[in-house]
Amino acid sequence: MELDAKIPAGPLETKWSQYKAQAKLVNPANRKKLPVIVVGTGLAGASAAASLAEQGYPVTSFCFQDSARRAHSVAAQGGVNAAKNYQNDGDSVYRMFYDTLKGGDFRAREANVYRLAECSLNLIDQAVAQGVPFAREYGGYLSNRSFGGVQVSRTFYARGQTGQQLLLGAYQALMRQVSLGKVNLYSRHEMLDLVVIEGKAKGIIARNLDTGLIERFAAEAVVIATGGFGKIYYLSTLAMGCNGSAIWRAHKRGALMACPSWTQIHPTSLPQSGDYQSKLTLMSESLRNDGRIWVPQLPDEQRAANDIPEQERDYYLERRYPSFGNLAPRDISSRAAKERIDAGFGVGAQRNAVYLDFSKAIKEQGKEKIKEKYGNLFSMYKKITADDAYAAPMKISPAAHFSMGGLWVDYELMTTIPGLFAIGEANFADHGANRLGANSLLQACVDGYFILPYTLANYLSGELKKEKITTDHPEFDRTEKEVVTQLTGLCELKGTKTADYFHKKLGKLLYDKCGLSRSAEGLTAAIEGIKILRTAFYKDLIVPGTAGEINSELEKAGRVADYLEIAELMCHDALSREESCGAHFREEYQTADGEALRDDENYCYVSAWEWRGKNSLPVLHPEHLKFEFIKLSVRSYS
Amino acid sequence: MKIHLKIWRQKDAKAKGKLVDYMLDQVDHHMSFLEMMDTLNEQLILKGEMPVEFDHDCREGICGTCGMMINGQAHGPVPGLTACQLHMREFEDGATIYVEPFRATAFPVKRDLKVDRSAFDRIIQAGGFITANTGQPVEANTLLITHETAESAFDSAACIGCGACVATCKNSSAALFTSAKVSHLAKIPQGEKEAAKRVLKMVSRMDEEGFGHCSNTEACEVECPQGISVLNIARMNWEYTKANLLKD
Ligand SMILES: Cc1cc2nc3c(=O)[nH]c(=O)nc-3n(C[C@H](O)[C@H](O)[C@H](O)COP(=O)(O)OP(=O)(O)OC[C@H]3O[C@@H](n4cnc5c(N)ncnc54)[C@H](O)[C@@H]3O)c2cc1C
Ligand code: FES
Repeated sequence: MELDAKIPAGPLETKWSQYKAQAKLVNPANRKKLPVIVVGTGLAGASAAASLAEQGYPVTSFCFQDSARRAHSVAAQGGVNAAKNYQNDGDSVYRMFYDTLKGGDFRAREANVYRLAECSLNLIDQAVAQGVPFAREYGGYLSNRSFGGVQVSRTFYARGQTGQQLLLGAYQALMRQVSLGKVNLYSRHEMLDLVVIEGKAKGIIARNLDTGLIERFAAEAVVIATGGFGKIYYLSTLAMGCNGSAIWRAHKRGALMACPSWTQIHPTSLPQSGDYQSKLTLMSESLRNDGRIWVPQLPDEQRAANDIPEQERDYYLERRYPSFGNLAPRDISSRAAKERIDAGFGVGAQRNAVYLDFSKAIKEQGKEKIKEKYGNLFSMYKKITADDAYAAPMKISPAAHFSMGGLWVDYELMTTIPGLFAIGEANFADHGANRLGANSLLQACVDGYFILPYTLANYLSGELKKEKITTDHPEFDRTEKEVVTQLTGLCELKGTKTADYFHKKLGKLLYDKCGLSRSAEGLTAAIEGIKILRTAFYKDLIVPGTAGEINSELEKAGRVADYLEIAELMCHDALSREESCGAHFREEYQTADGEALRDDENYCYVSAWEWRGKNSLPVLHPEHLKFEFIKLSVRSYS
Repeated sequence: MKIHLKIWRQKDAKAKGKLVDYMLDQVDHHMSFLEMMDTLNEQLILKGEMPVEFDHDCREGICGTCGMMINGQAHGPVPGLTACQLHMREFEDGATIYVEPFRATAFPVKRDLKVDRSAFDRIIQAGGFITANTGQPVEANTLLITHETAESAFDSAACIGCGACVATCKNSSAALFTSAKVSHLAKIPQGEKEAAKRVLKMVSRMDEEGFGHCSNTEACEVECPQGISVLNIARMNWEYTKANLLKD
């Protein structure tokens, strides 16, 4: 299989406008004959559904929460990037493009990343038009701050609730279309399979989570916007419901998965404090603008943070990466923290944390100023830990946060199944091997508002004259039957261990062997371990009740079943990439001072994997990355 | 610590519910309230019983999904918190805790502690948005909004739609929720143009959904995890009166 990314020819700056100028259109009168399914109502899904409905396509939209407004995007705190150069500090589309490519360790497509930076300008305008209350200067102009991995201030924010405000904007646009009858919204519905007819995506099978009913939906195209699968690690910064099921089931129907092992581990999460814990809470990266990260210079230090004098502290980020310091990118900062913790310098009850210290900033700027900037984060910290971060440094620790991998898509955001599109965190595009902060909200919005509306039309224009498929098609019968068999099968196991039990075991195994640092030995062992766990799951799982009722344990079990397969692919992916890049750190490939050692000669590609069935190994289809406009360089932040 | 729970169990909207007793004896005081509920559910499942159904997702106090009455208070005894942010350290060893669903005619119970809050979405559908198509907006800085206005709009926009205001109100009024959105959009220039239409439609939808009237007891503000102010309600009333008077 040759992967064609369909990147338009021509100079970087004109690729997207050229594409738009040449893309096929659908006449407004014909659009209503082309129904579209959008799965997910996060920033990607809600913006796509609203935009498509505005254009006149009948849209059916799905989410598993009780309201579209609760998608995981709501939790994003820090901000959203745009190369507006409002601060006159040298930002430009090109610089943002370069920062993003470099931040991703040169493992993303030039054309996609350039388009992301280009469209970033419109996104801020769009959000403001919808009423998003971004931070403003006293004179009324928009305000900015800085995020890891860049030296300009290009991050727009709405206090510490940027994701919430952007999502409410998109949700409100979606609600407007619902009220106009242009979108049929199914909340509390979970997509459980994709229906592929004659090689094209033509519908989905979903379970109504309130009744247990299995329902069929047909359309001319399916858009998956189901977010990331980082919850596979169990302990993560993600919401409890985040999952990989929709993308995984599409994968099993023929869509390739790209770079699944590239998981971002965020450096500023709250540390784990006990076994009962269900999630880890993120402290926004924006804190690193004013907070300084350090550990004691002595191992196994027993004194309280404030009792350790300045000269006995190791500000290891400032020491190792002087020009970026505390704003070093996430993969670098996370790994540096792990290195110090593993070397015995960790702090806190479990010795698994490092300090994030605001005392200098408070001394220089005053408590009030710090409160104004980060007040909600400080109070969140207090709620969870009962500690006052104005008085003593916060304790933070790395945690699984974001999936850079996902369904493989071409420049049009279409997967290898014609008619199946993937947008937002559910696809692999744009971030490479590491995502810079505040670029994900951007990608999710841009995919939905500005890209998909063009590329989907280009595809749909070819479907207009084709015979329309209904849910009576035998392929719907067959797919539905498989879904029902799986659900009843899970309910009938009647074992002795819950879905959470398996999820926690899997999470720990992955975090240890396919987390911040990986080795051939560890990954090989993990693949064996996952197989054993999977066998145990199908023997010993217990799901109470039936599939025909509200049953959150059954929902969990289905998601864990998929995680148990995704995990194995992640390990294969990590094992096959014999280099270190971005968030993928292979212990065998590092420089003398412990930095990642990339191998452009052999691994400058996107790994796209094909599913060959339960008992076969996945097959790798590399998409070689061509760099026409920039020169690959060593990614240095020192 | 030891905890005695009295939890509302109800099979579906039509079934009769009742409080059921459960004992937990190894509760860590660092646990969140929902982690304590997870522990209970794990035990129930292993005993072959149905776990207690409750809604939750982010467990960070921002998605608005979780919501239950804990000892008669929406989201429990600590002001300014969602249930997912409540920690067991707030309770005494040996405490008895009552856990019940949010109760309001407009929020029918689905099962156990899960309720249907889709009425909120329908209030937003009635006009809780700015009519701006996607794709071709004007440059953002052509619209100057002062720091103070942006911050004040944000204060209203921060509502998470959890429903605590309704659950705690003796009239089951949705005034705080609706007014937060009305105020957010009315305060900024983009939202001004439709302000009159918006408030009329949203208020009338709120009534149709079966929410009660606001009688200014202000319990909603006390229970709101985001600290949304009742001044929003005053603003909504003002916008409503103005819109009604000027209506042609
Ligand atoms: C704590 C936290 C803070 C963050 N902060 C930032 C930040 O400051 N800046 C930034 O740029 N990024 C940030 N991110 C990342 C960013 O929030 C996400 O990558 C982004 O919001 C993803 O958007 P999405 O639309 O792709 O998916 P989501 O918002 O996750 O939406 C997924 C949707 O899919 C639905 N869904 C999933 N599976 C199914 C299924 N099987 N059937 C039906 N529906 C389904 C869900 O119901 C939901 O509606 C943060 C992430 C976290 C976890
Ligand atoms: S679970 Fe999201 S607010 Fe409680």
